[in-house]
Amino acid sequence: MKISKDLKTDLYKRMVRQRTFEDETTKIFAGGEMPGFLHLSQGEDAVAAGTCANLDLEDAIYTTHRGHGCIIAKGANLKPMMAELFGRIDGCCKGRAGSMHFADVKTGCMGSNGIVGEGMRLAIGTAFAQKYKKTKNVTAVFFGEGATGTGAFHESFNMAATLKLPVIFVCSINLYAQMTHKSVHIAVENVADRAAGYGAPGVTIDGNDVELVYSEVAKAVKHARDGKGPYLIECKTYRHHGHFEGDPCNYRPEGELEKWLKKDPIVLYEKKLKKEGVLDVKAMQTIREATQKEIDEAVAFARKSPQPDVEELYKDIFA
Amino acid sequence: MGVRELSCSLAMAEALKEEMEQDETIFIIGEDLTDHGGIFGQFRGLPQQFPDRIIDAPISETSIVGTGIGAALTGMRPLVDMHFADFVTTAMDEIVNQMAKIRYMSGGQAKLTLVLWAPDGGCINAAAQHSQCLESWFVHTPGLKVVVPYEPADVKGLLKAAIRDDDPVIFFQHKRLFNWTGPVTEEHYVTPLGKGKVKRRGTDITILTYSRMTYECMEAARELAKKGVQAEVIDLRTLCPLDFDLIARSVKKTHHAMVVHEACLTGGFGAEIAARIGEELYDHLAGPVVRVGAKDVPIPFSPVMEKYVLPQITDILTGVDRALKR
Ligand SMILES: Cc1ncc(C[n+]2csc(CCOP(=O)(O)OP(=O)(O)O)c2C)c(N)n1
Repeated sequence: MKISKDLKTDLYKRMVRQRTFEDETTKIFAGGEMPGFLHLSQGEDAVAAGTCANLDLEDAIYTTHRGHGCIIAKGANLKPMMAELFGRIDGCCKGRAGSMHFADVKTGCMGSNGIVGEGMRLAIGTAFAQKYKKTKNVTAVFFGEGATGTGAFHESFNMAATLKLPVIFVCSINLYAQMTHKSVHIAVENVADRAAGYGAPGVTIDGNDVELVYSEVAKAVKHARDGKGPYLIECKTYRHHGHFEGDPCNYRPEGELEKWLKKDPIVLYEKKLKKEGVLDVKAMQTIREATQKEIDEAVAFARKSPQPDVEELYKDIFA
Repeated sequence: MGVRELSCSLAMAEALKEEMEQDETIFIIGEDLTDHGGIFGQFRGLPQQFPDRIIDAPISETSIVGTGIGAALTGMRPLVDMHFADFVTTAMDEIVNQMAKIRYMSGGQAKLTLVLWAPDGGCINAAAQHSQCLESWFVHTPGLKVVVPYEPADVKGLLKAAIRDDDPVIFFQHKRLFNWTGPVTEEHYVTPLGKGKVKRRGTDITILTYSRMTYECMEAARELAKKGVQAEVIDLRTLCPLDFDLIARSVKKTHHAMVVHEACLTGGFGAEIAARIGEELYDHLAGPVVRVGAKDVPIPFSPVMEKYVLPQITDILTGVDRALKR
């Protein structure tokens, strides 16, 4: 697939935005200013960027507890996102969600989920509505390899295949479900092989190659928009941070992280873009600085946002 | 024999070690158990001592609970780790339609010798899907025993009883209490299910509570004592079977009763106790039976909001005022 210069720049910018945002939250969390739990996706950036670059604003995504990258790639506004992580009233969910239950419905971010696998069940409903209303829109649902153990995965994939629903199942294989290695709970080498059992296509790809993710998801999106049903894309990648911020990661074999850091999707892409003459060092620097500025503004916005007023407590329980 | 200070996590690990050493039918199944001995360190040392008896399963609470039930039907005594109590929702058929009913439906042929172990509760800013107290759902399901310990000694003794019990037991432990410590004797002992414990003697009001709220109630009782009100605090420890005799004895003495739990108020276990006290002890009451629980909303992420939602000592104190009609 031919990828234009503009698109290449766009893919790069998405990844830098995701990464810079998450790196900033790492610092703020370590400083004790951010409550709760933080599950970050540095290292898996190309999966989110490559997928979401195929989606329109009206397309939907469902994310997991590790959803920041996908939500940013889909186009959510960083200020209310950051305020949400601080638990403040100007957060996209008024401080009620935090990191794990983020939603920004107007940009098609239908919801992160604290219940592993559940996003897949909801995704098929959204895809059903898209099909029913003849919109040509699609739903992408992100999940980790751990979630492929749930009934939610098997049942949703089967249902999407039988009802020919426009869902793109994007599995980010980051090797660990919490502290447990993939080999402990998955008996096949490639989970994409399972798609055949439900009568739908599945592919396994290098999840750190953002252009590859982009072009494979492009096929899946076309398949879905053409009314042919779901598609499973398995992206092999790695999370640089622990399961949650503060996880000592004792379960990682020595040298594993270092090996993967060499395959950092952003570093790889910078090399490629330089070699191809798409962006030079200076242009990349400019992008990084502009992004940092945007994120600094988001942090300042979040810090200034007031705590939710307890008077608001009973709002939104019912419509 | 001596007494040590143990955390709830260590008390639990010790109970399991003792039981597993003397009963080979016990095994543990759940997610993420072996690498670091459970997410709260509650299985520390066990994966090394019993390598084939503590099993990391795929993420499928549905099938993990199903496995526990099927194995129990063959005479094994599984402990099923729910990871977080909130995830019972993904195994509700197994718990409610299978585990709770199989013995009765089979005319008593089967024994459901399993423990479903579930860390519950809030105060860790984990928001709506990781902070709930869901015990009343299961008390409302005939066929299940429900245990809600507070202190380490009870965690140990009650867990041992739950494992030995011939009926399915849902064992809730508050997430906030895992690293809290308390005295635990070195002697082997079992604490029977269905017995409450008087944590503090008093004559003016009976405060019925369990799990983490026992601490808040004890603090509130100290405050009340300064104002001349002597509260009797009872840690119920198990909700089914319920030690209503103990409740009745206390209420007959104090003539005032109040129930405190972290679960949300409406339809909470407090409603059941209040109703029973109203029905069975009406003649002994000198005031309304007051309930204190969380506000009826999903637990919000914002720490300010969460604190406002969960019952605080001040809520208990104003509850006592209502009960004593002051
Ligand atoms: C139903 C359910 N069971 C267990 C958990 C606890 N839990 C949170 S994340 C996680 C591992 C998920 O692994 P994976 O799906 O691979 O996603 P990753 O964290 O690697 O992104 C588990 C077991 C949960 N949140 N929901």
